[in-house]
Amino acid sequence: MSRNNKPKSKSRRKFLIRGGLGTIGLLALGTYVFRNSIRRSMYELGETMVVPYSGTGTEANLWFEMTKDNKVILHSPKVEMGQGTFTGFAQIVADELDVDIKQIIVKAAETATGIVDGMSTGGSLSVAQLFQPLREMAATMREKIKQEGAKKMGVDAAFIKTADGVLSAGGKTMKYAEAVADVSDWSLPDTPELRPVSSYKFVGKPVKRIDLRAKIVGEPIFGLDAEMPNMLHAAVIRPEHVGSSLKSADTSAAEKMPGVVKIIEKDGWIGVVANSFPEALAAKNKIKVDWDIPKTWTEESLREYLKIGEGAKMITQKEGSELDPDDGDVISLEFTSPIGAHAQIEPNGAVASVKDGEVTVILSTQVIGVTQNQVAEALGIDKGKVNIIGTYLGGGFGRRLNTDHAVHAALMSQEVGKPVKYIFTRKEEFQNDAFRPPTHHIVKGKLNGQGQLDSLEHHYASGDVAMNSVIFPSAMNSMMGSDVGAMRGGNIMYNKIPNHRAVQWHKTLPFATSFWRSLGLLANTFAIESFVDEMAMKAGKSPVDFRLAMLGDEEHQNRIRKVIEEAAAKSNYSDKASGNRAMGFAASVDAGAPCAQVVEVSVVDNQIKVEKVTCVFDCGLAVNPDQVIAQCEGSIIMGISASLHEKMTLKDGRLFPIIYGPYDMALMKNSPKEIDVHLIQGVDIPLPVGEPPLGPIGAAIGNAVRRITGKRLTDLPMVLG
Amino acid sequence: MKITFTINGKPATVDVDGHTPLLWVVRDMLNLKGTKFGCGKAACGACTLHVDGEAVRSCSYPVKYAEGKRVTTIEGLSEGDQLHPVQQAWEEEVVPQCGYCQPGFMMATAAMLEKIPNPTDDDIDKNIVNICRCATYYRMRKAIHKAAKIKAANG
Repeated sequence: MSRNNKPKSKSRRKFLIRGGLGTIGLLALGTYVFRNSIRRSMYELGETMVVPYSGTGTEANLWFEMTKDNKVILHSPKVEMGQGTFTGFAQIVADELDVDIKQIIVKAAETATGIVDGMSTGGSLSVAQLFQPLREMAATMREKIKQEGAKKMGVDAAFIKTADGVLSAGGKTMKYAEAVADVSDWSLPDTPELRPVSSYKFVGKPVKRIDLRAKIVGEPIFGLDAEMPNMLHAAVIRPEHVGSSLKSADTSAAEKMPGVVKIIEKDGWIGVVANSFPEALAAKNKIKVDWDIPKTWTEESLREYLKIGEGAKMITQKEGSELDPDDGDVISLEFTSPIGAHAQIEPNGAVASVKDGEVTVILSTQVIGVTQNQVAEALGIDKGKVNIIGTYLGGGFGRRLNTDHAVHAALMSQEVGKPVKYIFTRKEEFQNDAFRPPTHHIVKGKLNGQGQLDSLEHHYASGDVAMNSVIFPSAMNSMMGSDVGAMRGGNIMYNKIPNHRAVQWHKTLPFATSFWRSLGLLANTFAIESFVDEMAMKAGKSPVDFRLAMLGDEEHQNRIRKVIEEAAAKSNYSDKASGNRAMGFAASVDAGAPCAQVVEVSVVDNQIKVEKVTCVFDCGLAVNPDQVIAQCEGSIIMGISASLHEKMTLKDGRLFPIIYGPYDMALMKNSPKEIDVHLIQGVDIPLPVGEPPLGPIGAAIGNAVRRITGKRLTDLPMVLG
Repeated sequence: MKITFTINGKPATVDVDGHTPLLWVVRDMLNLKGTKFGCGKAACGACTLHVDGEAVRSCSYPVKYAEGKRVTTIEGLSEGDQLHPVQQAWEEEVVPQCGYCQPGFMMATAAMLEKIPNPTDDDIDKNIVNICRCATYYRMRKAIHKAAKIKAANG
C-alpha cells in the first residue's frame, strides 16, 4: 500500500471529518440580531462539545501504509507531545484493522504527504477528535485488504476472517502486506459497520505506550535531535525588552570569532551561523546591539493596564439579574494570577534546508500547517515546495503554536546555501515565550436566608489566549466577541444559583500571550472555587454539600455532581483542620469533562506542602486508562507548580527570570507522594484529558490553607508570611 | 586541543576548544543524541551523564576535564539489550510522557543508586533535583524505589 497511489474520485468518502468552525460560522453570521445571546450559546456549546477534526487528506490510504514485513504505518496529522496520543491512535487502529498493536508504527505526517491538520495538535483533542474517523478509516482499510486478498486467494471476501494482520479462508492464509502488494486501484469500499467498543481488545485497556522504549533508551526522536548533511549551526539575537525593536548592531567583533560562517541581519533579528552551536553562541555574545525601546514596562504599569473595567467587555454568561452594587450583603473577593512561562525542557529550534527552490524544515511544532504557510510566505516559495517534518515534541503545553524560528532557520539556510540548525538559548525561551497571560478577577456573591448562594458573579480580565493566535483567524475573533481561551473555566458551572453571570474584560498585552496548558481554566477556577469555599464557610456548611445544592438536574450537572460526591467519598473528606494539616476541596468542568480534587496540605514554617491528592475525573471513554491517569498526575503537579511556585515578572521593561531555578517550579520534593486517581465514564466517547485535571488544584490548595491558617490566599502563586 | 576519553566503554579522541561543553561534544561530534540540551546553565539536569561514575551536568562541564576519564551516556547505561535496572523500572512504571528530560533523570538516578542503594523518599528529594515539565515526578519516585529493588535482586 503506497500513499502515492491517489484514490479515485468515485470512492471519496468524507468520514466524520468536516470543518467544525464553518458550522459555527454559519450559525453566528446568519443571526446577527441576537448576536450576544447566540454567542453565549456558542460558548456553552464550545464548553461541552468536542471540536471535530478538520484537515486535508481524508482518504484512508493516505493515512495508512503497509510495510513488506506486514507492519502498518499510520501517518498522523497530530504530533506526539507527551500525552500518549500515538498510543491511543495505535490502539484504535489495531482494533478495527485487526492487527496486533506491535504491528503498528505511528509517525507524524509530513506536509508533503498531503495530510495537514487544519488547526493544531492542542486542546487535548487529538484522541477525542480522531477516535471516530480513525475507527472508520481503519475499518474501511480492512475491507479493502479483504477485497484484494479475496482476489488473490480466489475466495469470496465475505468468507475471509482477519486476525493479527492475516487473512484466512478455507484453510488458506495470507498476510495483509501480501494482499495489498502491487495494488494499483485504490478505490475504497464503503465503510462497514464498526465493531462495538466493548469488543475491542486494545481500546479501554492500559496498553503500554508505543514510544516507551525509544524514550527509555534515549533515541534521537525530538526536533533538536534532527540533523541534515553538511549542516551548520545558528544562534539568533532577539529583542530582550518588551515592545522593543532592533535599531543598529555592531557585528565586527563577532565576525572575527572562530567558526563563524556568516552573520545575517534581518528585519528585527540577527542570525549568527557557525560551524558549531557553541561557536555560534560565543560569536552572538560579541554583538553589540542598540535597541529602540518606546516604553519601559513594569509590573505596576502592566497591572494598571490589565484590570477589570479596562478593554473589551463581553458578558460570557448571563442568568437572572445582576448584583446591586449598593447591596450591603454582597461579598466580594479579588484574585490575580501572574504571567506564566511554558518552560518546556526542549528549547525551540529548527533544522532547515533551502535548496533549488525547495524547503525542508524539521522541528517540534504543534501547527504543522501554519509552519508550512509561514515558511512559504517568508521565502516567497510555493507552499507545495515546503515540506514540514514534525518530530516528537520535548514538551508542548501550547508553546509550539508559535514557530517563527522555522522561518528564521529557513532564511539563514537560504543565505548560506547549506542546511542550518537554529536552537534557542534558555534566556531566549524565557524572554520570547508566548506566555500565559496574567489575569485579574473579582468574584461577587450573596447568600440567601437558607445559607445558599442567591447570586454569583465572576468578572475576569485577561490578555490574549485564543485571540490573535495563529490558529484562530481574525474573523473568528470578532465573531466570538470574547477570548474563548481566556474564557475556559470562567463561567459559573452551578446552574441552580438563581442569578449567575460571567463578564470578560480583554486586552492585548505589549508582549505575546497565548495558549498555556488549560488556558484560562487554572486561574478562573482558582478564583471561583476559592470564593465558593469562602461562601460555604460563611454559611457554616460543608463545602461539599454547599456545592451539591447548587447543581441542577440536567445530565451534565449530574456528571459534575458525581465527581464531587465520589471525590468526597474516596478521600474521606473532612473540612476540619487537624493541627497544621487540612483538606481542601474544589471542582471544575472543562471541555465537557468534570473533575473534582481533594488535597491534603500541611503548613510548616509558612511552607505550603501538598501531601496527597485525590482526583475524580469523568473523562468519558478512556481509550488508555493508564495514560489518562498519567495526565491527571502530571496536570496535578504542573498545577501545584503554577499555584505555589511559578511567576514571571516585568522589571525595567524586561521579563524575568531568564533561567530555571529563579523561575521556581515544582520539583520532586514538592510533589505529593500520594496521588489517587479515579476515572468515571460519564459519556461513551473519549473526552479531552490533558487539561481538565489542571482546573481544581489551585483552589483546592488555597481552601486547605484557609482552614489551617485562617488566611484566604487570593494571588497566584500562593505564598504565606 | 586533542582530548581523549572513553565514551560508553569505547575510546574517543576529539580535537576541539577545551572549553567546549562536554554536552555539545557528545551530541554533535560523537552523535549521541540521548543527552539533552535544556538550559545551558546546569539548572535543569536534562544533560546529565556520568564522568567516572559521577552524575555531571554536561552543558556546563568543559570537555578538557574529561581527559582520560570514563564518560557514560544514556546510550551506554544498558548492557546490550539488557536494560539497566533504572530503565527497567522506568519501563514498568511507564514514567515518560514527552520523554525529553527522562535520560537526565535516569542518569541521575543510576548515579544515586551507586551511592545510596536503598534510598528513602528524603534521599530522593535531596538527590533528584532535575526538572520535568510534564511533571512525571509521582511515577519517577515509584520507579526509583523499584529500580533499587531490581538492582538489589540482581546482586
